[in-house]
Amino acid sequence: MDHRPQAWGRPRDDVYGAYDGSYLQSGGPKTATQSPVVTGTSVVAIKYKDGVVIAADNLASYGSLARFTDVKRLRVFLGTSVVGFGGDVSDMQWLDRHLNELAIDESYDDEPSPSSLLSASPNKGHGKLNAANLHVYLQKLMYRRRNDFDPLWNQLLIAGLDAAGKPHLSSVDLRGTAFTSPSLATGFGAALAQPIMRRHAPTEEAAAALTREEAVGVVQECMKVLYYRDARSLDRYSIAVVTKEGVELKEDEQLERQSWAFAERIKGYGTQTV
Amino acid sequence: MFRNNYDNDSVTFSPQGRIFQVEYAAEAVKQGSVVVGIASKTHAVLVAIKRNAEELSSYQKKLFPIDEHTGIAIAGLTSDARVLSNFMKQQCLGHRLSYGRNMPVRSLVDQIGSKAQINTQHYGKRPYGVGLLVAGVDEQGPHLFEFQPSGMTEEMQAFAIGARSQMARTYLEKNLSEFASCGREELVRHGLKALKESLVQDRELTVENTSVGIVGVGKAKDGSTKVEPFKVYDGQDVNAWIDSVADDKEAATAEGETMEVDDE
Repeated sequence: MDHRPQAWGRPRDDVYGAYDGSYLQSGGPKTATQSPVVTGTSVVAIKYKDGVVIAADNLASYGSLARFTDVKRLRVFLGTSVVGFGGDVSDMQWLDRHLNELAIDESYDDEPSPSSLLSASPNKGHGKLNAANLHVYLQKLMYRRRNDFDPLWNQLLIAGLDAAGKPHLSSVDLRGTAFTSPSLATGFGAALAQPIMRRHAPTEEAAAALTREEAVGVVQECMKVLYYRDARSLDRYSIAVVTKEGVELKEDEQLERQSWAFAERIKGYGTQTV
Repeated sequence: MFRNNYDNDSVTFSPQGRIFQVEYAAEAVKQGSVVVGIASKTHAVLVAIKRNAEELSSYQKKLFPIDEHTGIAIAGLTSDARVLSNFMKQQCLGHRLSYGRNMPVRSLVDQIGSKAQINTQHYGKRPYGVGLLVAGVDEQGPHLFEFQPSGMTEEMQAFAIGARSQMARTYLEKNLSEFASCGREELVRHGLKALKESLVQDRELTVENTSVGIVGVGKAKDGSTKVEPFKVYDGQDVNAWIDSVADDKEAATAEGETMEVDDE
């Protein structure tokens, strides 16, 4: 007999065989994303006089494979803000569901009340969480996930208005790094589109002088340059204009007036002989 | 002494469908000194009568700031109110950290409502023995909420809770139509007049026993709306308001020419 107290009351090993401890563990160690899988490329956005223009193409790549060509990477929040997602698409979908929940909760908190008869501002019956609030929230969320060593593998651009009704454009990445700027671009766009946008809006003042047509034009130009030079991009894209009137989102735009003439002059890649 | 067999805990209904512990808690609110709250289009004010336990002691505070944009007035057990006040402060701070804005007053009040209701449905727990008036401003403008130990919360245009508060409520009902368009000072005066209605004979408003709390929406220089933070006024700071609602002045304005004036 086994006289050790820790063996008392247990099935005898010599009768039933040694206990198999693996039944207690459900499935190995905790895992977290080590690298993104299905990814979206750049998001570009620029502020102008009355709001923000933001765009992203409709491609989700699986490595270098153009796997899904109709993925909408701009999401509207409460009809007043737009979030543009670069990076992992499954994390984007999780964030999208999370933001929908937040929007529903916010709308419940904002039910029309008897005091809306009294209040100075008319109650529109939807939430009041603006883009600046959303930016703070997403920054906290991303930073927390990074500290859990389970980051959401995205870089986000948040476009909308702040509490004072001024245009708001900001960025959060998978580490929780947060900043604002008159123009912003994620991924490859940070290298290829940002210099173009900075020519038009180097400062807040310059951005505040841009018209809507100019801002849309700059963003379309950036999308074209990105399609020329970013091998993970697509000529179908979504573009949204956010103003105090709301969000105008077009999700199936085609890049116009492409000219690949410059390509002939590019040498040094692939199988061509220089 | 015992009222009946059904008041030993807050989980048992009486055969008439009542929960006596919750009703007794509501009685505790009526033991506290009176507090009045009024909301207009631009401001929400709280006014309160402070009591001192004995001549030698200080007066017990009745108004507490919760956050920049919110404050409460309490009637009932002060120590229970402190628990709720600390909770509300934490919620407002947490909301400010997560979202970078003032917490909407309704969601704050809903949270203490849920917290208080739990105490009325769990064996071994006791309802809060305090009622609150919550005044605050958010994106929708000024608000006034009532909170009861049962967990009931309700938005009000004007309300009073505490000892003899029915008299104050009668005043508020009579003048209800004026409140919405009142300015800051006018609203405080209405509050103090309502408070006076509730005073027992021979007592009057003094700088020692009167507290005023104000929160509102103002205009910033660039035309955008800006919060006038919740601020409590005590002591000499309330002197001018008390004087402006003094009985002789009231009589003078109410009776006007018909009154004989002695001029020596």
